[in-house]
Amino acid sequence: MKILRPKDVKTKGMRQINVRGGSQRVLALCLLFVHFESLPYGERLQGSTMKDADIKRLFYVHIFCIVSIILTTFIPSFFLEDFSVLETHLTWLCICSMCVAIINVVLYLQVKPNPSSKRSSIFHKISRLLKSCVYFFISCLLFHAIIVLYGAPLIELMLETFLFAVILSTFTTLPCLCLLGPNIKAWLRVFTRNGATSIWDNSLQITTMSSVIGAWLGAFPIPLDWERPWQVWPISCTLGATFGYMAGLLISPVWIYRNRKQLTYKSR
Amino acid sequence: MEAAFLLLSHPRGEGRTPQLLPLGSWDWGPRPTDQRRASEQALMTGSIPGFIDVVMNFNSPVLLEDNLIGQAKAAGKRVIFYGDDTWIKLFPKHFVEYDGTTSFFVPDFKEVDDNVTRHLDTVLKREDWDILILHYLGLDHIGHLTGPHSSLIGPKLKEMDYILKKIHISLLSKEKEASLPHLLVLCGDHGMSEAGGHGASSVEEVSTPLLLISSAFHRKMGNLQPPKHVQQTDLAATLAVGLGLPIPKNSVGSILYPVVEKRTMREQLRFLHLNSVQLSRLLQENVPMYEKDPGFQQFKVSEKLHGNWIKLYLEGNNSEVLLNLGKKVLKQYLDALKTLSMSLSKQVAQYDMYSMMVGAIIVLEITILLLLSTPKALCQNAAFEIPLSSSSFSLLFYLMVLILSAVHVIICTSAERTCFLCSISWLMAVGVMMLISALLCVIVALLTKTFENVRPSAQNLAASSSGWSELDLLILFGTLGHVLSLGASSFIEEEHQTWYFLINTLCLALGHEVFRNHFLGKDLDHNLAVEQNIKKNAKNVLQYKNDYVDVPETSKIYKASSSMELLPKVYEKWLQLASPWFILICCRLLRTLNQTGVQWAHRLDFGHWLTSSDHKIELSVLTCLSLIMIFVLVQRRCSSVSKVAMALGLLGVFCYRAAIGNVLLPWQRDRKSISKGIIEARFVYVFVLGILFTGIKDLLKSQIIFADVSIKSLGLWDIYNGLVLLAALLLRPHNLPVLVFSLLIQAVMTKFIWKPLKHDAAQVTIMHYWFGQAFFYFQGNSNNIATLDISAGFVGLESFIEVPALFLTVFATYIGPILWAIHLLSFLSSENNRSSAISHASFCYALICSIPVSAYIILVTSLRYHLFIWSVFSPKLLYEGVHLFITATICVFFIVMDQTNLIKP
Repeated sequence: MKILRPKDVKTKGMRQINVRGGSQRVLALCLLFVHFESLPYGERLQGSTMKDADIKRLFYVHIFCIVSIILTTFIPSFFLEDFSVLETHLTWLCICSMCVAIINVVLYLQVKPNPSSKRSSIFHKISRLLKSCVYFFISCLLFHAIIVLYGAPLIELMLETFLFAVILSTFTTLPCLCLLGPNIKAWLRVFTRNGATSIWDNSLQITTMSSVIGAWLGAFPIPLDWERPWQVWPISCTLGATFGYMAGLLISPVWIYRNRKQLTYKSR
Repeated sequence: MEAAFLLLSHPRGEGRTPQLLPLGSWDWGPRPTDQRRASEQALMTGSIPGFIDVVMNFNSPVLLEDNLIGQAKAAGKRVIFYGDDTWIKLFPKHFVEYDGTTSFFVPDFKEVDDNVTRHLDTVLKREDWDILILHYLGLDHIGHLTGPHSSLIGPKLKEMDYILKKIHISLLSKEKEASLPHLLVLCGDHGMSEAGGHGASSVEEVSTPLLLISSAFHRKMGNLQPPKHVQQTDLAATLAVGLGLPIPKNSVGSILYPVVEKRTMREQLRFLHLNSVQLSRLLQENVPMYEKDPGFQQFKVSEKLHGNWIKLYLEGNNSEVLLNLGKKVLKQYLDALKTLSMSLSKQVAQYDMYSMMVGAIIVLEITILLLLSTPKALCQNAAFEIPLSSSSFSLLFYLMVLILSAVHVIICTSAERTCFLCSISWLMAVGVMMLISALLCVIVALLTKTFENVRPSAQNLAASSSGWSELDLLILFGTLGHVLSLGASSFIEEEHQTWYFLINTLCLALGHEVFRNHFLGKDLDHNLAVEQNIKKNAKNVLQYKNDYVDVPETSKIYKASSSMELLPKVYEKWLQLASPWFILICCRLLRTLNQTGVQWAHRLDFGHWLTSSDHKIELSVLTCLSLIMIFVLVQRRCSSVSKVAMALGLLGVFCYRAAIGNVLLPWQRDRKSISKGIIEARFVYVFVLGILFTGIKDLLKSQIIFADVSIKSLGLWDIYNGLVLLAALLLRPHNLPVLVFSLLIQAVMTKFIWKPLKHDAAQVTIMHYWFGQAFFYFQGNSNNIATLDISAGFVGLESFIEVPALFLTVFATYIGPILWAIHLLSFLSSENNRSSAISHASFCYALICSIPVSAYIILVTSLRYHLFIWSVFSPKLLYEGVHLFITATICVFFIVMDQTNLIKP
């Protein structure tokens, strides 16, 4: 995709890179795009252009997420001995969830669609951060409970089950926390039918649903007697969740682009 | 492709040089067998296991059929076995020495073989065995893991080569002192597909090499013939003859002639005679018209010739004549054997395709009819008429009948084999043809009618499809997914997982719905809710207009529940929110009670812990608690008479369990007298019949005297309670919690989910069906005959009486589905504002049960040559058939209940 960039944009982007210094190149490139798209000059344009710009921004963020998930499957093998997704699955799970978490936090903080207008105190921020952490932990526990209710062993393989719950929360709860904050009411609104109104709400809805459905579908091959290494608990489910998440990341910009008429620009 | 070395000391061979007899690949055809077990079974019995064996033996792991190992043991041969422990399960007491390797852990392909090889050096030096069986699993595991082109295959085959060489050399050195030569048999029991699996019937999977090595064979220099195809079943006969054992009774194989080729003519003829006598006996047992079989006639001819030959031989005639006659007899025998073997294999392995097709077509037509009438049957008046008036359809009908009868006559006159449809009387056959064509005409008529009406209803359809809730989508996809899963044998083996998964998801979806109903229904979805309410009101008005029976007064039965309404609303709200989670926890607990299926069946479950004799006290306490809970849950809806009967009946159940020694009574801790508990069981039966009678009396009263609707539902609840009492008597001792949880879940669902959320009859029906299926598996059933509890058929009976025993067994097996279906009926009838609900429910119930069955019948017909057909698909078909029968009975009951509703003015 070739985009004409005004010069000032470029310099601003470059400055950003310089400031970040040692950060990954890919990240910098992506931020460049993102910054270009989020420039204030866009605000002068009204309506559909604004929406299109937002969708584009969403698209780049999602592509970046997907690329980074793919990178987690083979980059660690340079540093760790005999690393492979299937055999040292738990390591990969940790790395993948860490990576997705960091990217989500960084990107959404950077590209936050509605930066809170009122300046809040440090204390308020810290309380929000703590609240978010607690929420994340609770969601991990909740997912763990649901997985056990679905029939995962209660005592054996506890760590595996818990890591599955963690990665599921990373795919679902963490973006919600980043975008909506620890605000249950907003969550409830987003996750009801016809509740999501903005682009970001919709992308949240789609990615969350698709990762949960992916994990759900991932349980299907377990009873088959193919005796493949990936049928071991919880590999097929975590892979299902990951693929579901990636599919959601891909689908949501497309879906939003096709239904952009019905969506409002600002999220509440 | 497991390598099985069968080492046999060959008692009659006499040869000089070690020989190799390349018999080439063998074929075990599209043969109905259970993977590993059956391949060994086929090797050792020479027969093809059939469905009837499965039913008769209740899938006992021990091979009871006449087989080679059993014969060898009976003849005093000492058999040693090393390898896969499936053999030890098949032949538990046959080996003088064995070391089984569990094949459970597939990724290991070294240890399993080393476990076999480590015995080799010592055992080859010893003299104290006659047959040595080595079963190498490594190659099979490699195939499963990495496929046939893996780099691991080469070294593995080299290793096998080395082992073969080692065995051969040591056998040769042994032979110098012993008089009899050894026979070394190398064979695989199944092949490997391109992907490394096996189980289907492709050429690569069903043909494997067979190699017989012995010094008794003569070396053919130079011209190595291309290997011949032989049947796997032939090996048993050959080995039996070679070892001097009787040929297994049910073997359909014929002796491999090249093995005995170098013996004297007399011996050759003797062997062939033995084999053909055995085969003709088998034919006599299985085929009524055996005299007309060409194989049998050939056998008679060759027997006569054989007699002539022996006469000549005994006369000392040594001339050319004798040799020529001998050759002629030989050829005759071989032909006879071939024909006999063929007709016997056909007998077992062929299907009566014509009858199967006719059956499948009828099933399919009825399902299509049900599906087509769905929209009509689920609309308000719930009636669907069959359009049969127009003359063109009657013409079509006559034409169809004529054509089908013609086809029938052609097929029956040209069929070589007996087929079921041809053997019934022609009147019946014509009836079947008429049924098929009538159904077809109805379908065509319905289709044309829907196409005529398609334009006006298109908008309606679009509107209704947008109104699908998540629950509807889940139900739709769940049903579809379940139907699709029936195509895979593993999913059938583990069908309980499908159902548990589905009801868990259902509970979560319900939880979501309850949640949304409480927190969002008021503010955000306000508009939507208002709209829906308006629609609902409009519908209700319509309903009121349509129905002449609406008695919106509160029934007496729910007095108890109305007391709940006095509770503060906050509590109820939280209870409602918690109820799906409560159900989920119940289901999770029930899962641990009985571990069914195949893959995880070996895991310890709570049921085993309870039934072990160390935990009798715990079981007693649990039984006692469960019975009390059952009474508490049931008594709310009982009439006062049946309440007393119920209490006494449950007491009787406990006495019965104490009498047969399942539980301990607190006052007789050390008395060990165990009876059959006939008096106690009959005591309970009296109360069951009493409660059922009260229920039926109420039903009749409501029908004849036009009394209150509440009397009818009271009667239904009484019938339900009677069945609960019967179930409490018949369930296995540790399974009483299943009944308790079933009642508990029903109560919770009724109070907190179905009533407040106002699900329509179709949704409630399908939820009942799903839970019924899940409870079928919760009580420890599976799609395997082995889990069938036949002991339920003997409760309260002195000896085996067929009809009650069959009834009790079927009821005990299907307690889950039956109880949930009757609960559905009672629940719907006690909901006063739903007048057409019962007919909707019966339609939905019939539909949801018939879809999987009809899909399954078609799947099984197309998969009839699958390797697992007899071990997995056939038992499932049996279960589905019985389930369908029960469903039909329940639907008739539903319709009768609905009719009483309509008779009223």
